[in-house]
Amino acid sequence: MRDARGHIRRLPGLRLWLSGGWLTFLVLAAVFAPLISPHDPLAQDLFAGRLPPFFEQGADPAYLLGTDSLGRDVLSRMLYGARLALIVALVAGTLTCLIGATLGLIAGYYRGWADLVISRFIDIWMAFPPVLFAILLIAVLGTGLMSVIIAIVVIDWTRFARVVRAEAMGQGAMDYVASAQVAGRTRFGTALTEILPNVLPTIVALLTLEMGIAVIVEAILSFVNLSISTDQPTWGGMIAEGRTSIYQAWWVLVFPLFALFLTVLSFSQLGEGLKDHFDPVLR
Amino acid sequence: MQIVRALLTRLITTFITLFGAAIIVFVVIRVVPGNPIAMMLPPGASEADIDRLKALYGLDKGIFEQFVIWISNVVQGDFGTSITLRQPVYDLVIGRLPATLELSVMALLIAVFIGGAAALTATLYRGSKVEGGIDVAGGIALSLPDFLWGLALILLFGVLWPLFHISGRISPSLGFEFTSHFYLFEALARFRFDVVLDLMGHMLMPALALAIPLAAIILQLLKQSLKECMHDDYITLARTKGYAESSIILRDALPNAILPTLTLIGVQFTFLIGGTVIIERLFSYEGLGNMAIDAVINRDLPLIQGIVLVFALLFTMVNLVVDMAYAALNPRLRHA
Repeated sequence: MRDARGHIRRLPGLRLWLSGGWLTFLVLAAVFAPLISPHDPLAQDLFAGRLPPFFEQGADPAYLLGTDSLGRDVLSRMLYGARLALIVALVAGTLTCLIGATLGLIAGYYRGWADLVISRFIDIWMAFPPVLFAILLIAVLGTGLMSVIIAIVVIDWTRFARVVRAEAMGQGAMDYVASAQVAGRTRFGTALTEILPNVLPTIVALLTLEMGIAVIVEAILSFVNLSISTDQPTWGGMIAEGRTSIYQAWWVLVFPLFALFLTVLSFSQLGEGLKDHFDPVLR
Repeated sequence: MQIVRALLTRLITTFITLFGAAIIVFVVIRVVPGNPIAMMLPPGASEADIDRLKALYGLDKGIFEQFVIWISNVVQGDFGTSITLRQPVYDLVIGRLPATLELSVMALLIAVFIGGAAALTATLYRGSKVEGGIDVAGGIALSLPDFLWGLALILLFGVLWPLFHISGRISPSLGFEFTSHFYLFEALARFRFDVVLDLMGHMLMPALALAIPLAAIILQLLKQSLKECMHDDYITLARTKGYAESSIILRDALPNAILPTLTLIGVQFTFLIGGTVIIERLFSYEGLGNMAIDAVINRDLPLIQGIVLVFALLFTMVNLVVDMAYAALNPRLRHA
């Protein structure tokens, strides 16, 4: 039994370090993209189209990870793409969390009419395929960074609202909440000082998960050519281009896909690790 | 009596959800920039022509009246005519829906098979390296969404080892005449196994991409339920009778552990159907989701609203059926 606990405890530690390490690396790469990019991410060189990465034959050492069909440097485009991915992850993730968690807290703790209305909205939202909903919203709002962030917030607030509502409902039935009420605390004060701190670990874990999801949604929107704009490099856009030339230049698809894989995996492992870290039973 | 009331409440909320979804679609479609009337007419159409067409579609009336006309048409199955494809939206949707349903059901079957087999294997070899390996694989499978699995499968089995088709639903060279839109079902019913094989070769990769995350969810929950069951007295009894561990897990533990997993599969099935939208796009599979994305890009408003409404209907119906099945299966709710 003790062995099993020790095993569980060691594993999240490693997971947290690996995923935290990759995300730190990514933040640095994004911040310093203009300094470390070997080329202009938009500069085309039609004479240097589809150059393979450095370990393949016929590579140009100036283009470490090769070039796409228009001769643009894959590495530089990935570095600049990391900027957009991280901006979307941070801004969209945080906004989704704030709005969704607030609505969930109101529905779960105050119950009554507020709960009835919010729950009905959650039901309605669950009746739409999220990807289709996001694409439709971009069609309404027009492409651009703001539209992508708004679309993510609008489609994904229910993820937080559902979980936080259920948690707040559970916490609201506990004795310590009743005793806070008896002690003369207001409803609002109880929600803020008693309920919120107890559902916060769940919210934090969900937030990191949501950041990974935001990166994916941005990539999916770029993939169907409805994201930021065509002259800004994004991982999803690179993947979409790579998909069409997959038999001629696999590296255009593989490198950004690999970065996307690691990033989404890191965000979700970070969330899992934090959840275990906050779980009093495992701790 | 109580169950009748619960059922009635559930039906009413389903109706409210559908009505709310219809309102949202109506509102969103009307704020899409770009004049749908202008798109339907050739350039240089006269002011009178535009007004006539507006009157034909009821667009000259007030917004509330427009909604009433629109919703009564929708209820009768009249979704209007597609602007780009110039066919009734109803026919287009009915033509594509079977492809999406076949893909979704296939993905569900694969997920249940892989997830179930992994959970049973991990339970049989619990505490060993096998269980550890299955846990790690499940964790990774769960962390990445269907879109990324689809791309990985394209690279592995489309490019590196080209074993399966990575685009389309059927090879055009087959020249097989279908009488329905349920290709796989029809080919099976007519014993054309060469056609079945070709369809499966196309469907396997997108279905697997949809199935992997769900398989991981099934694995985790079923494994947890099995683990709790394995400490029960009837398991100890079966052991003292001398049955093999594998048959104890299959015959005694599984039937007792499966109910939470079945409920979860029902809920997750709508998420899986939602995933078909981008997976169909990725694999150029001619289903409803792929058509929806084209419709949005081409701003084909009647087609978009038809498809979104059909998805909403499908999702709410699946949820309703799952809830009812759960009530019927759960003895505590049945006798309440």
